[in-house]
Amino acid sequence: MGEIHEKYLRMDKMPHIWCAGCGNGIIMGAFITAIDRLGYDKDEVAAVSGIGCSGRITGYMDFNTIHTTHGRALAFATGIKLAKPRLKVFVFMGDGDAVAIGGNHLIHACRRNLDMTAVIFNNHIYGMTGGQFSPTTFKNKNATTAPYGTTDPDFDIAQLCIGAGATYVARGTSYHARLLTDLIVKGAEHPGFSVIEVITHCPVNFGRRNNFESPAQMLLWQKEHGVAARKAKTMPLEDMEGKFTIGELYRSTEIPEYLEEYGRVIQAANEEKKS
Amino acid sequence: MAEAKLLSGNDACVQGALAAGVRFFAGYPITPSTEIANAFARELPRRGGIFMQMEDEIASMGAIIGASCTGTKAVTATSGPGFSLMQENIGYAAIAEIPCVIINVMRYGPSTGLPTSPSQGDFMQTRWGSHGDRPVIVIAPYTAREAYRETGRAVNLSETYRVPVIVLMDEILGHLRERVEFRDEDLVQEISRKGPEPGKPFLPYENTEDGVPPFADFGTGYRYHITGLIHDETGFPTNNPVEVDTIMRRVNGKLDMHIRDIERTRFVDADDAEILIVAFGSVARSAHEVVRTLRNEGKAVGMVRPVTVWPFPDEDIRTAVAGKKAVIVPEMNLGQMVREVERVVAGAVPVHALNRIDGLLVTPHEIRDLVEDLL
Amino acid sequence: MGKKRFNVTVDRTICKACGICVAFCPMSVFTTDHDDKAVVSVPERCTGCRQCELLCPDFCITVVQVEEAADG
Ligand SMILES: Cc1ncc(C[n+]2csc(CCOP(=O)(O)OP(=O)(O)O)c2C)c(N)n1
Ligand code: SF4
Ligand code: SF4
Repeated sequence: MGEIHEKYLRMDKMPHIWCAGCGNGIIMGAFITAIDRLGYDKDEVAAVSGIGCSGRITGYMDFNTIHTTHGRALAFATGIKLAKPRLKVFVFMGDGDAVAIGGNHLIHACRRNLDMTAVIFNNHIYGMTGGQFSPTTFKNKNATTAPYGTTDPDFDIAQLCIGAGATYVARGTSYHARLLTDLIVKGAEHPGFSVIEVITHCPVNFGRRNNFESPAQMLLWQKEHGVAARKAKTMPLEDMEGKFTIGELYRSTEIPEYLEEYGRVIQAANEEKKS
Repeated sequence: MAEAKLLSGNDACVQGALAAGVRFFAGYPITPSTEIANAFARELPRRGGIFMQMEDEIASMGAIIGASCTGTKAVTATSGPGFSLMQENIGYAAIAEIPCVIINVMRYGPSTGLPTSPSQGDFMQTRWGSHGDRPVIVIAPYTAREAYRETGRAVNLSETYRVPVIVLMDEILGHLRERVEFRDEDLVQEISRKGPEPGKPFLPYENTEDGVPPFADFGTGYRYHITGLIHDETGFPTNNPVEVDTIMRRVNGKLDMHIRDIERTRFVDADDAEILIVAFGSVARSAHEVVRTLRNEGKAVGMVRPVTVWPFPDEDIRTAVAGKKAVIVPEMNLGQMVREVERVVAGAVPVHALNRIDGLLVTPHEIRDLVEDLL
Repeated sequence: MGKKRFNVTVDRTICKACGICVAFCPMSVFTTDHDDKAVVSVPERCTGCRQCELLCPDFCITVVQVEEAADG
């Protein structure tokens, strides 16, 4: 462990519970590196997570941390941010957490554009409950609840968030750890609701069931299938088949941040009170 | 303070909450509680507070817990269907010990039920609605005046004991507009949760003597962890049976340690009554009416009215029923509070349930008929 | 000009033997021991790319630049 880990992790909680080779640890490393680069005071950071393997991240990091209920992290985070806007609020969710049970909260958080940063650990499976398919599991994959292969079409989380109105949307992977740090830094600096979808891997509950022999092989898959968004624009569509874009995918500064808008409500209410 | 106002019960709840220092509301519209959201939307921004219309009641409950983590006093309001959705997060607030207040204006259920009709069908749900053992305080006002004062008290109890508090209203109380004359005793205090002691190491779930650990607001320099997993005194998950047992007994037992401060029971001509009516909420209005008229006729009838309905006032009821001829428990449900009364009375006195489930209030007339039969 | 040198260490006590560092080190600095845990076998080949440090999910690896630069 290096200086960064000692500064931002609760060292007495190490080693973490994640399985050997799980992408969650890589994402946590990229995240604390981003915080270090942002220079935020630890007392001013609130980290909010849902339930799942990914949700355990808040227990390991030395901030104001809260591990909420499955799917509801964004609702709790919304209350924290609105009540104490000074805090830098980060929200950590799994794919099931964010787009199955918490899907409604996610799209509404995107629509409101409150200044928070969501990091979604998309490992394409329900890790904690032992490998049931999620809304992002690709077709024809194996899961404990899809012993004959999945039939459901999958969500593209980043596109979903762009559609719902998030004003900063990026996609990274656990393999591209440096890029991930950059994206988290940019997301945090963006004044509005930011989403960073992280394509990651669950070697135990997804990999083993779907012909990945090792965590390394799953990282290699990310390396080979993640295409820089800028490069993807110049590629023929058929070359992108089965691949996904990484990097900053969308940014808008036209939509006002929620609390800025709310300031106008407070102003109007006070004017009415006076008159 | 003797100041008269025309107030509905719902408006009175809002006024009481504001007086107690509530500065955050998150909710989702539902009849018959919607006026509460409307009033907070108008009033909070004027006080620099936040009103938030969330996407559903689950989110509303999550948002008020989040707001409360920062030290902001937070409230939500709902009715049956929304109250059902809130249960998981109410359990969360109970075990994570985060103060918050839920106003449940009961309507007829189950399911969508009769949205504009009153009911007392959530009496048991307020106590047992979440999975697992969890503490809760439930307060049931019976007039607009009381709704004001008791909502203020709900906020204060929630802060003092780090527990979710439910204000149990119903459609009649919520919508009935009454002329309310506030007196000195209606003055709502502002009580805030106790914080960590400076210079002392902070244990977020300390097994304190009074059963209530200090609360550190987010962003005040105490970086700690909150979770709905069963945790030890440090706030981190544990499955050590001794630690699990310790925290569960403290969290579920802390209200008993302060029961005299939490309980509030009102007695009307109870001492020398032969027949005692035990009623809460709007049904207590009918019961009160019966006591008044029958007493005028010289008949020995009285009423006990739990204002704090949970924890159930065992002692107050036990003492009040001693030596009575019969006890009547009228309710707008199929018999929920009557089970508590029967448990406490334990066969010492006959207990009669009087239940109405047609969406209408139990009338004074019905209660009177039963009293006269029993006299 | 001296070639930069790096000190690579693995904290064996927390290594979960996932094999990521072994697979992704471009200079094949790592091998595994009888428990499949990572071993720094050929540290002198390290070019300081820090790929192992970034990808180890358990933060077992540290790569530190050695002060003095040996002549190549
Ligand atoms: C309301 C509720 N339903 C179901 C569960 C059980 N559960 C725990 S974690 C989880 C899914 C985890 O998958 P994901 O969100 O993708 O996170 P991961 O574990 O893969 O990081 C489920 C269904 C729960 N805790 N709460
Ligand atoms: S089950 Fe999967 S997601 Fe969960 S810790 Fe293990 S590898 Fe990671
Ligand atoms: S990446 Fe880390 S945990 Fe995995 S084998 Fe290497 S040192 Fe061990």
